[in-house]
Amino acid sequence: MMKTNVSKMLGLLVGSLIVICLIWASIVLGLTKVTTQMVMDSFYHFDGSNEHIIIQDTRIPRALIATAVGASLAIAGSIMQGLTNNPLASPGLFGVNAGAGFFVVVGISFFSVTSLNTFTWLAFTGAAISAIIVYVLGSMGRDGLTPIKMTLAGAAMAALFSSLTQGMLTLNERALDQVLFWLAGSVQGRDLEILMNVLPYLIIGWIASFIIGRQINVLSMGEDMAKGLGQRTILVKLFGGVIVVLLAGGAVAIAGPIGFIGMVIPHIARWLVGIDYRWIIPYSGVLGAILLLMADIGARYLIMPAEVPVGVMTAFIGVPFFIYIARRGINE
Amino acid sequence: MKKNKAFRIGNISFLIDSKSLLIIFGFTVLIIALMIASLGIGQMQVSPWNVVKAIFGSSTDMDNLVVQSFRMPRILLAVLAGAALAMSGAILQGIIRNPLASPDIIGITAGASAATVAFLAVFSDRSNTLTLSIHWLPLASFIGAVAMGLLVYFLARKNGGIAPIRLVLIGVGLSAAVEALTTMMMLLGPIYTASRANIWITGSLNGTNWTEITTITPWILVLTIILFVFARRLNIQEFGEDLATNAGGNVQKDRFILLFLSTALAGGAVAFAGGIGFVGLMAPHIARRLVGSSFGALLPVSALIGGIIVLLADLVARTAFAPLEVPAGVFTSVIGAPYFIYLLFKSRNK
Repeated sequence: MMKTNVSKMLGLLVGSLIVICLIWASIVLGLTKVTTQMVMDSFYHFDGSNEHIIIQDTRIPRALIATAVGASLAIAGSIMQGLTNNPLASPGLFGVNAGAGFFVVVGISFFSVTSLNTFTWLAFTGAAISAIIVYVLGSMGRDGLTPIKMTLAGAAMAALFSSLTQGMLTLNERALDQVLFWLAGSVQGRDLEILMNVLPYLIIGWIASFIIGRQINVLSMGEDMAKGLGQRTILVKLFGGVIVVLLAGGAVAIAGPIGFIGMVIPHIARWLVGIDYRWIIPYSGVLGAILLLMADIGARYLIMPAEVPVGVMTAFIGVPFFIYIARRGINE
Repeated sequence: MKKNKAFRIGNISFLIDSKSLLIIFGFTVLIIALMIASLGIGQMQVSPWNVVKAIFGSSTDMDNLVVQSFRMPRILLAVLAGAALAMSGAILQGIIRNPLASPDIIGITAGASAATVAFLAVFSDRSNTLTLSIHWLPLASFIGAVAMGLLVYFLARKNGGIAPIRLVLIGVGLSAAVEALTTMMMLLGPIYTASRANIWITGSLNGTNWTEITTITPWILVLTIILFVFARRLNIQEFGEDLATNAGGNVQKDRFILLFLSTALAGGAVAFAGGIGFVGLMAPHIARRLVGSSFGALLPVSALIGGIIVLLADLVARTAFAPLEVPAGVFTSVIGAPYFIYLLFKSRNK
């Protein structure tokens, strides 16, 4: 779509402006009516009124979390697709969500963990472990990481973790109540504090992902070609893997399993800017934030006054897309 | 000596060798022994001999009650569900020609789960009581399984045919959508629904009664008979699309019928026993190692092994944490997932 560097730069700028507008919309829109003036006042003349509390404690964290999580998941997805040459690769497919959920439930059931901070760390660990296992399983054998092996390994790990999770939840209903909402994936009801805990890792991931773009360009031409050009592919993969774990693990820790952003967005980015990962990665970040902010705003209105978990929204957006790609053929 | 014997009655035809017959006989004896042992084990222990007497109603009243009313339906359901899931998996592995296929991987179980949770959510009122008899629940989950099977089939169809890889990918993708739907319904519904649905999704045989057995048995019996009629077409499928077409099979039509049979079997099992995972994956594999891949012998041996797996899983589920019950599906997954990974490892260079 966009050919010149100038137009790509402009596109990125416009995208960032849309993100800012959506953050504002996310703060203002919802069941409780809020005006821009109130938002300003809540910063400068906080008076403890209901609206001000909602703005400060609910709406702002929610908008910022949606932005950070959406961007991180999409970037993680684009790196995964670049590294594995698999158009369906995404954090969700790697069983990251199920692994994180499992660790959190173990924490609640066996170690009576109650602090949100510890939840975060458990989720982070689970996500990383699951991603590593699926990657290793999927890349066994002479033909390396094939989409079908990876998909099957991811599905198996997800099935294992989720049935263990469910087993523990049947023994412990209190945990079910606490965890169910987290397991569904949501950016609502999370403290800004959780975001602040994870943000340093996300920022490291974001910066590193911009650096690695050039290497992924080389690698996405095929492993043999990359080696022929003198790239140490193992190092690139390892570095990319660490970024994915930081970003995807961090996102899951904050918001629970929100699927399909990491799969859908890189495709849209590729459609916009072509195959250059130096552009795909930043575009994925911006577009991911836009998608999650919009999905979250939509989640408030769909069955008002109740809310649809945003993970459910993204699944409904993402699955038709997934099926389209699967039908088109994964090798094209 | 001729090793294989051919069975041919009109349209039904399959090869079976004497070793396989011996294995089938051996497993039948084993499963009966295990059933008797399992009938005796629990909070109230009954000796095997008394179990046999109780089956015919000639032991003490207490033994008769425990064995006949409490344990027997449950154990029969375990065997039936296990057998159905195993055959369903054997068919899928034949069609998809991938040893890793199973009803859970391509999303049939997820479809049934979603329909069940929808049933619980739609037909329960504010005070957490069902407005419709619980007996309709199996029908709902069966419809869910079949609908999902058809949806996967038609979405995976392209240019008049289904490629196995597409079938798997679309199954995995649709499972994700359906699971999202399930979670949403569990969240919006009352907590009673959530915990009840959660147990069911994982697969539990707790609280089975005779009505369920009398409903599921004819179902599985009829499907099994149809399946044996089709066994030889399944054999052809194993060769792959080109060779099967050359051999004169109507490959796509057979695939559709076989897929429907597989879904119906899995749907029936899931409807009554819940989503007991990985049985459809493990049992056909073990069976193939024992009797090879001709479906005449493979199907019955798979069914027997599937029955044994679920029977043992249920035995552990109700005794390990007594008086608490863990869904049997947890145990099958704990064994099944590592097995799956082992298979993935073994087939890494194929």
